[in-house]
Amino acid sequence: MSEARRETPEAMAERLAPWLAAQLGREAGSVRVHGLRRLAGGSSRETWLLELEVTGGWEGAERRVLVLRRDPPGRGGEGDRSVEFRVVRAAHAAGVPVPRAHFACSDLGVLGTSFYVMDFVAGEALPRRLLRDERYAGAREKMVPQLAAIAAAIHRIPVETPELRGVPAAPPGASPAEVELARVSDGIRAMASEPHPALDLAERWLRARLPRSARRALVHGDFRVGNVLFDESGARAMLDWELCKIGDPVEDLGWLCTRAWRFGADGLPAGGLGSREELLAAYRAAGGDEVDPEHLRFWEAMGSYKVALVFIQQSWVYLTGRVPSLELASLGRRTAEAEEELVRLMEESP
Amino acid sequence: MNDRPTAEELLRAVERFLEAEVVPRLEGVPKFHARVAANVVAMVAREIETADAHERGEWLRLGALLGSDDEPPEEREVRRAALLARNRELAERIRAGEADAGPWRAELLAHLRHTVGDKLEVARPPRQGREGS
Repeated sequence: MSEARRETPEAMAERLAPWLAAQLGREAGSVRVHGLRRLAGGSSRETWLLELEVTGGWEGAERRVLVLRRDPPGRGGEGDRSVEFRVVRAAHAAGVPVPRAHFACSDLGVLGTSFYVMDFVAGEALPRRLLRDERYAGAREKMVPQLAAIAAAIHRIPVETPELRGVPAAPPGASPAEVELARVSDGIRAMASEPHPALDLAERWLRARLPRSARRALVHGDFRVGNVLFDESGARAMLDWELCKIGDPVEDLGWLCTRAWRFGADGLPAGGLGSREELLAAYRAAGGDEVDPEHLRFWEAMGSYKVALVFIQQSWVYLTGRVPSLELASLGRRTAEAEEELVRLMEESP
Repeated sequence: MNDRPTAEELLRAVERFLEAEVVPRLEGVPKFHARVAANVVAMVAREIETADAHERGEWLRLGALLGSDDEPPEEREVRRAALLARNRELAERIRAGEADAGPWRAELLAHLRHTVGDKLEVARPPRQGREGS
């Protein structure tokens, strides 16, 4: 996909309006798109805000604020957003708080990449505000039980649900944990430019502790503070479903407890909000399975191992000349943060 | 030998300039990138201050683990190449399972904790380090 596809928002809106009219079964001229603008954040996916004006109304409203999510153009190998779209709809049907997703488009002729459109949900996602600002003090009391209930609801969605077709899954018979450990280890070996004895030792430690659980469920894949919208009254919507897969549900809980996602509140392992025990009790109370603390610890350590890969990968993007970004360059040195946590976990449980 | 200010002192001057004069004048993404630049400059200054001691310590600990009492090479480039070679040897022994249990594992973990701590002393801005504790 060429840079020529980087159209102005006005040009995008002009192509979007007739497509949306067709989805709604209206005449092309009866639907207008106003104020299309890109929201900050999200390098792997773009998020756009728009206001839709529908002559004669849609579900009783003339105007409606929507969010559009698409692959950034020009990267090559754009994925198909329709899987993510169907998963979000399945989550909505299962009672998970998510934005209601309306339409998906795989026709690259409309915006150049695959995209889908959903309701706008107001709220705050920035972890440092959610974890520290006074205005969220009341919401913070409820965050661990609410996150646990969201996880339990996601993990209860039957994997045979037709909407989940096409969601990536470990091969039948293979252990999701083993597949993930191999994926991360291969990534580190391919991209690290120097030896990392701490990560080699961590790989062996993880391999010796692979969970034997056979249960497979829909896994969000990036379940953490930062990907959930909250307001003062509590959780509003689970976002960022692009890494979802069929795997071991405890992975989501372990990722939430990964040190990097405590945002400095190290004494509160569950997302910088509470204890592991609180999280597991709330998960159970919300209908989730009983989770063995050792099983959680495996995925929490796996989380730091994955964080190490992310930092190595980001500096690799810089070192190989792909993106000349100072920020990417600086992130390579943060690999040591993940190593520190892995060494701590290994000393705690040798 | 160059005159003062030293390399560290010059880097600290760049850091101060970015923090005090550039960051407050910017907004949004450029402001964030100016902060990253100030952090990177400070990181390089910390590395210059600590590199000799950190590399010597790592060399001696690796020597103890790998059974060598050679002194570290004097010249920096040679020392770094030799450190990489020792770390590669260590990584191979770990991957071969030699550190899966036993007293060598305990020694290795102590070495890794020390080495990672040294890397973080350079990489982590002091204020962020305090925030976590």
